[in-house]
Amino acid sequence: MKLVLERFTHNALALLAVTTILFFMFRLMPGTPLAAFINENLNADQQQAMLEQFGLDRPMWQQYFIYLGNLVQGEFGLSFFQRRPVLDILLEVLPNSLILTLASLIIAYIFGVLAGAWLAWKRGSWIERVAVPAVLATRAAPEFWIGMVLLALLSFNAGWFPSGGASSPGLAYTNNWQRIASWDYLHHLALPVLTLALYLQGLPLLLMRSNMLEVMHEEFVTMARMKGFSEWRIVINHAARNALLPVVTAFALGVGLSMGGNVVIETVFSWPGIGRLLVQAVSVHDYPLAQGAFLMIALVLALMNFVADLLYMVLDPRVSHGRKG
Amino acid sequence: MAERAEPVLPVRTGWPLLAVLRRMAAMPLRDPFAFTGLLIYVLFVLVALFADQLAPTDPLEILFTKAGKLAANVPPSLDFPLGTTNLGRDIYAQLVHGTRSALAVGLSAAIIVAIVGTVVGLVAGYFGGMVDAVLMRIADMALSLPFLPFVIVLTGFLGASTSNIVLAVALLLWPNSARVIRSQVLTLRERAYVEAARVTGASSWRILFVHIAPNILPLSFVYAAIAIGWAIITEASVSFLGFGDSESVSWGYMLQDAFSSQALSRGQYAWFVPPGVCIILVVVAGFFISRGYEEVFMPRLRGR
Repeated sequence: MKLVLERFTHNALALLAVTTILFFMFRLMPGTPLAAFINENLNADQQQAMLEQFGLDRPMWQQYFIYLGNLVQGEFGLSFFQRRPVLDILLEVLPNSLILTLASLIIAYIFGVLAGAWLAWKRGSWIERVAVPAVLATRAAPEFWIGMVLLALLSFNAGWFPSGGASSPGLAYTNNWQRIASWDYLHHLALPVLTLALYLQGLPLLLMRSNMLEVMHEEFVTMARMKGFSEWRIVINHAARNALLPVVTAFALGVGLSMGGNVVIETVFSWPGIGRLLVQAVSVHDYPLAQGAFLMIALVLALMNFVADLLYMVLDPRVSHGRKG
Repeated sequence: MAERAEPVLPVRTGWPLLAVLRRMAAMPLRDPFAFTGLLIYVLFVLVALFADQLAPTDPLEILFTKAGKLAANVPPSLDFPLGTTNLGRDIYAQLVHGTRSALAVGLSAAIIVAIVGTVVGLVAGYFGGMVDAVLMRIADMALSLPFLPFVIVLTGFLGASTSNIVLAVALLLWPNSARVIRSQVLTLRERAYVEAARVTGASSWRILFVHIAPNILPLSFVYAAIAIGWAIITEASVSFLGFGDSESVSWGYMLQDAFSSQALSRGQYAWFVPPGVCIILVVVAGFFISRGYEEVFMPRLRGR
């Protein structure tokens, strides 16, 4: 329990550091923070409203604590262009990003774990010599480029998938859940998920493969072999179980990490998620929205780092026991 | 994965700088993967050096056909090996000249990451205490920033220039190398030869830079090789999102140009496939080289 608290504090502090960096990043930019987005279209009242919204007339340290206090209350301010609370906009698109990320990760990890175990088993064969560099190439490719190639091949050329967005125009739904559960939504989701999964599968695959190779030489595997168990049973029951530990942790980390990387995938497929929102907000200098989107991504990252820490403790008792003593 | 593999150099006694350098230079000859990686690097460096000879056409020049019409979307031919863009620009020339910007971004980021990571790792590991605690907390902070969003926000607000992209990448990548090098220094500083140097009255800085630093050089090199690839991918992603340097023709610029001019729906594969393949080659070369050095200098990983 003490350890859980320690990891929680660690990750919470990291998040606090990120919000602090963000605060000063926006304020130490050349010119006043308002210079970036005030233009002639805003009248004096609106300018005054903005100044009050950020409390920019007060000293820096006061501004900082007002900012932190607002964040804790979920007060992210108003978007300049959409003229709505930032939090509403964020919560509207967050499900799209989470669905995209989780679906891709699950597919990538199921495939990666199975293929990785299989490749470890095929060690030294020509399959391994072809497959490992091929997997490395998918890890080395820019995510958005994989998306572009798949888009050209499967959407524009073959016509199997829509080329972007999350819903066909003209369709109406009574609520958001009905929209997400619809066939149309899944059809739009397929290509972004395929792209992201293709990019993500390399890590679990290579991790699983190297863990398997390591575990295969451990004593308990030799023991199982001496007991006369079949090779397949050894792989599944004995080796894979133990090789899986680091992969599970990597999965939790992957949720947080790929939320950041989604920025490009969502842009390629015009997927209405938080990454695309960030890109749009930064390019039109919608400062509160950009800050909110960035913090939301950082929050998911910190949360998932914490989950990974917990999983690591639960799955590998050596970690918690070793530290207690 | 830094917490998973803590590589340990096979040195009981320290190697002098020259011996380490000699071993590092000889490594690619022993490892076919590293050799391939090095070959790819050499190839791209040659292309970058002789870009003007290989592709004499200006990559941004708007070209016309012999009949005087705009040479837009010309399919690959002898005149235009990869065809032309929708504005009549030579794609092959852009690809060749893009090598320069890719290497400039990759190498400058790699050099900064290697220097900062090495110095921070050395100082934190050797002096320990408060210095170590402060430096490692800063590293934790940098690692908890979401990578691409941070680069976008920084370049979006500081201005879209290549140097800002390099700066952002370097800010986020140095902690990885600093952490691993620090843990390496922690074991090195307890070695007998370091103790011997201390007894003979060598100063801390002398021990650090003459006796310890040469032995972690291969590690710095590994992280530099990885940083080259990361920087190039990041530059491409940022350019693709529209925050790239509008002055330079990079592979990311080409991909963004192709995407926004509907090259995908026209099936102009010769426009957007080659830049991606070039990026993959450079990044994979980095993987291969770092793998080779890890296997030679950190043999605990060998044979996996």
